[in-house]
Amino acid sequence: MADQALVNQTLIAARHVTFGYGSETVVEDVSLEIRPRDFLAIIGPNGGGKTTLVKILLGLLRPWSGEVVWNPPVRPGRMGYVPQFSTFDKGFPLRVADVVQMGRLDRRSLLRPYTKKDRLEVDRVLARLGLTGLAAEHVSEVSGGQLQRVLIARAVVSDPEILFLDEPTASIDAESRETLTGLLEELNRRIPVVVITHDVTGLAPLVRRIACVNRRLVCHEGNELDPHTLEEAYGGPVEMVTHGVAHRVLHRH
Amino acid sequence: MPGFFDALSYEFMRNAVLAGLLAAVLCGIVGPFVVVKRLAFLSDGLSHAAFGGMGVCFFLGLDPLLGAMAVALLCALGLGLVDTETIRSYDALIGVFWAVGLAVGIVFIYKTPGYAPNLMTYLFGNILLVSRHDIGVLLGLAVSVFLILALFWKGIVAVAFDEVFARVQGAPVRVLMTLLLTMIALSVVILIQVVGIILVVALLTIPPLIGLMLLKDLRAVLALSTGIGVAITLGGLGLSYAYDLPSGPAIIILGALLLAAVYAGRKLRGGALRSLPALRRE
Repeated sequence: MADQALVNQTLIAARHVTFGYGSETVVEDVSLEIRPRDFLAIIGPNGGGKTTLVKILLGLLRPWSGEVVWNPPVRPGRMGYVPQFSTFDKGFPLRVADVVQMGRLDRRSLLRPYTKKDRLEVDRVLARLGLTGLAAEHVSEVSGGQLQRVLIARAVVSDPEILFLDEPTASIDAESRETLTGLLEELNRRIPVVVITHDVTGLAPLVRRIACVNRRLVCHEGNELDPHTLEEAYGGPVEMVTHGVAHRVLHRH
Repeated sequence: MPGFFDALSYEFMRNAVLAGLLAAVLCGIVGPFVVVKRLAFLSDGLSHAAFGGMGVCFFLGLDPLLGAMAVALLCALGLGLVDTETIRSYDALIGVFWAVGLAVGIVFIYKTPGYAPNLMTYLFGNILLVSRHDIGVLLGLAVSVFLILALFWKGIVAVAFDEVFARVQGAPVRVLMTLLLTMIALSVVILIQVVGIILVVALLTIPPLIGLMLLKDLRAVLALSTGIGVAITLGGLGLSYAYDLPSGPAIIILGALLLAAVYAGRKLRGGALRSLPALRRE
């Protein structure tokens, strides 16, 4: 019974959210609920507002209208985020372990140096992601797939209550992909995971719901899509506009 | 250079060396942030804007150092607290500070009755004119910068490295950015005394660039940059004394030669310019 209550509880609720840059609307009237143990895949065309929506859910962007409500234990500052393109300069003189350690930046104790516990957690996550050997490497010296794992490590090292990933499989090698899938499955036993991806098939065993974002949002239970939903999301006949995507998204086509 | 050490028996020379050492420590601990965060243009803007305050204070018969400090701090706070999402053109805003500061400074110095100070002294600095009183103020500023960085190290490094991610973690990004800008503003004021308004940006970038080429740990880069700052400031002062050169330009040219030598050395040894963000575009 308690379990059922947990499932019905909403951790993040976006209600009629509209947002844009300048005068251009990017997401319009989007409502979305994220519940415990959700594994939500967000798909949609490039420029359709996927990343923007995630930034709104993270509290990084304030919607023009509508509202986002975070329910404990989820709240801004307790969410993990793996951005699509690293937002930093790789020339910054930091080692892999230093970058991961920044995931332990605790806003309540900004004046206190990182603790021994912080360093232990960093070591544990590095080991989990197969990065122990790279801990002392400079961030500019690791490969794209390794950097992706470093960013994931940075996002999960703080034990977040929810994890957002923006196209985590876009630039990674097979080995990293396997590590990633295993890790996401493990994390999803405890926390909800939201993944922006063009490749639902790769994560299909994990995905429980799919949200199609193309300015507006269409949510779809389960991990399969019918062409009609896709058409709505991509705003046109899928075969014509994004035929390739349709092939990858659909199980039976 | 035995002449140089003999010269230390003069108070003005001792003051010059002290000012140079303070400046060097600041290039070392603040400069790397300027370079990796690409704030060189901003630092240069602060330095020129500060000239406005110097001009006004000179006109009013007050300490120009005070005016420079007030204006640099105000600009840093203004830029730090301004909402970058509404003011798109941060870059242009810095350009405005820059030009207005310079214009105001020149007008007030021009209109100051009596003996007109040599503009060149402000623009290119004259470390030999640093007084004992100045040294006290500079020391206070340097200690403030050091304390800000030491206290907020974790947050400032996180914001300097990745603002977006710091915000995801709920860090007060705007406050931390403002602290970083404040550190830069205070450093700029100190460096103006040593190399002058126009050359400040060189002192903030040359030692860190060398440090970033050679090392990959932030603390080590800060330490090495400080060491290089000390070496070129004292070396430049020595050259200036020995060959009767203007001190600021002598320091900068010495630094530039060292930078070129290190760059060439790494090139020859086939070392990749891995850690040179300013020269990289991805």
